[in-house]
Amino acid sequence: MAYHSFLLEPISCHSWNKDRTQIALCPNNHDVHIYKKDGTKWIKIHELKEHNGQVTGIDWAPESNRIVTCGTDRNAYVWSLKGEVWKPTLVILRINRAARCVSWSPKENKFAVGSGSRLISICYFEQENDWWVCKHIKKPIRSTVLSLDWHPNNVLLAAGSCDFKCRVFSAYIKEVEEKPGPTVWGSKMPFGEVLFESGPSGVSGGAGDGAGGGWVHGVCFSHSGNRLAWTSHDSTVAIAEGGKTSTISSLSSETLPLLCVSFITENSLVAAGHDCYPVLFVYDGTKGSVTFGGKLDVPKQTSQRGISARERFQNLDRRATSSETTEQGLESLHKNSISQISVLEGGKSKCSTFCTTGMDGGMVTWDVKSLESALKDLKILFLCSQSLKSALKDLEIV
Amino acid sequence: MSKNTVSNRFRTVDVDEYDENKFVDEEDGGENQLGPDEAEVDSLIRQGNLMEALQAVLKNPPINTKNQNVKDCAEGLVLKVLSAFKSSDVDKGVQSLDKNGVDLLMKYIYKGFETPSDNSSAVLLQWHEKALSAGGLGCIVRVLTARKTV
Repeated sequence: MAYHSFLLEPISCHSWNKDRTQIALCPNNHDVHIYKKDGTKWIKIHELKEHNGQVTGIDWAPESNRIVTCGTDRNAYVWSLKGEVWKPTLVILRINRAARCVSWSPKENKFAVGSGSRLISICYFEQENDWWVCKHIKKPIRSTVLSLDWHPNNVLLAAGSCDFKCRVFSAYIKEVEEKPGPTVWGSKMPFGEVLFESGPSGVSGGAGDGAGGGWVHGVCFSHSGNRLAWTSHDSTVAIAEGGKTSTISSLSSETLPLLCVSFITENSLVAAGHDCYPVLFVYDGTKGSVTFGGKLDVPKQTSQRGISARERFQNLDRRATSSETTEQGLESLHKNSISQISVLEGGKSKCSTFCTTGMDGGMVTWDVKSLESALKDLKILFLCSQSLKSALKDLEIV
Repeated sequence: MSKNTVSNRFRTVDVDEYDENKFVDEEDGGENQLGPDEAEVDSLIRQGNLMEALQAVLKNPPINTKNQNVKDCAEGLVLKVLSAFKSSDVDKGVQSLDKNGVDLLMKYIYKGFETPSDNSSAVLLQWHEKALSAGGLGCIVRVLTARKTV
């Protein structure tokens, strides 16, 4: 687990290049900075200045080496590397509110932008006019689109929005691709069709307070595209499996809301949010249940030194408890909320490293193998050892 | 200065009402929800069977109903049950609830905080502490983000 502090300000968003040697991030202003890894240090090599508002989303296409950025100035730019310089191309999104998130499709021939105008813009390149054109998905989105994730078939798009729902849309553009084959989410996929919409909070009937839920902060398709996970502001994480039954399993967690989520194997996901540490969740497909796998930020146990009488009274005064721990701040690596998770190595099926950035301006790369061994040492965390083992089996560690 | 700065009635206009894209919650049919059964709960309290009373009072929460009376009634009933518990039994009471029960209890606790009466806040704070250790911060977040409250 390497913690690198890039800035003192929050990192709004980040994206890695194909071989993970360069990272593009927005340091909470109108620019995008690209850093290159040099040994253990990071050197800023480019500054992309074109936006007039905060850059809210960056995505770096690994194969075609293009970066798409979107910002609160209602614009998106596609950047291409010409020689040593990144040159922007404006994309007119036709939105009248800020853009919130952007994502290249798996084949990189189109990208989707979620915005506060209650719609998603699907943009593709039109060869005849040498121009990026966009199409809108409007219905039935009723509030800001906060997060997007593409299905591996390049057509389906999951969107999490502030109207408390997570939906799967079809973003089929006939100009750039063939008609897609059927998937578990449906077979007819005209542009803009809603193939899945989550209910209020996913739990059918169970809780009396099922209505409402919270803003859907993060969505993620699994590697195969058959499963969809999303995290919501009411501290729940839910997984839906595509198919006729389209069952939704959700877990109300005890943590603060999670802001981002990513599958690391077909059965387990990592999520992080306002609690400043990543958390593992394990999904059992047969039982249709999501269980809490454990905190992934295991701080080293500091030796318990004796506490003097004076300190005891001081603690009582300051914190109303005379407990022995004298830690002043958070024990986690990140000192503020984590806003984004990205998989570095191994893809979403067999992730071996992932990276988190947050509001503390720092970036941490997590090594799944060493996390797993750290978890093993702490016997307390073996609440769901069975499901944890099966999840880790997917990673071929156990 | 122009003349129309004198009146400030414009400040009381609710601009959201004029927004044609205003978000309206889906209306769930909540007319049949009557809240917990008062008679049953009262009898259980009199019998001294407080665990059962707790389970009974957390049934049928009047979440979707627009009838304020039903909600007030339910709240009063819950407060009665919570006050009837001995301090040492509060923990056991919370342990006997499942996850959804703890969430619902936390909702009632916060509702109770809104209108404090004689000793209610002290009792509620005790329950709040135990419910917090059972449900964690997520439980409180769910109370805050719920669109339909008890």
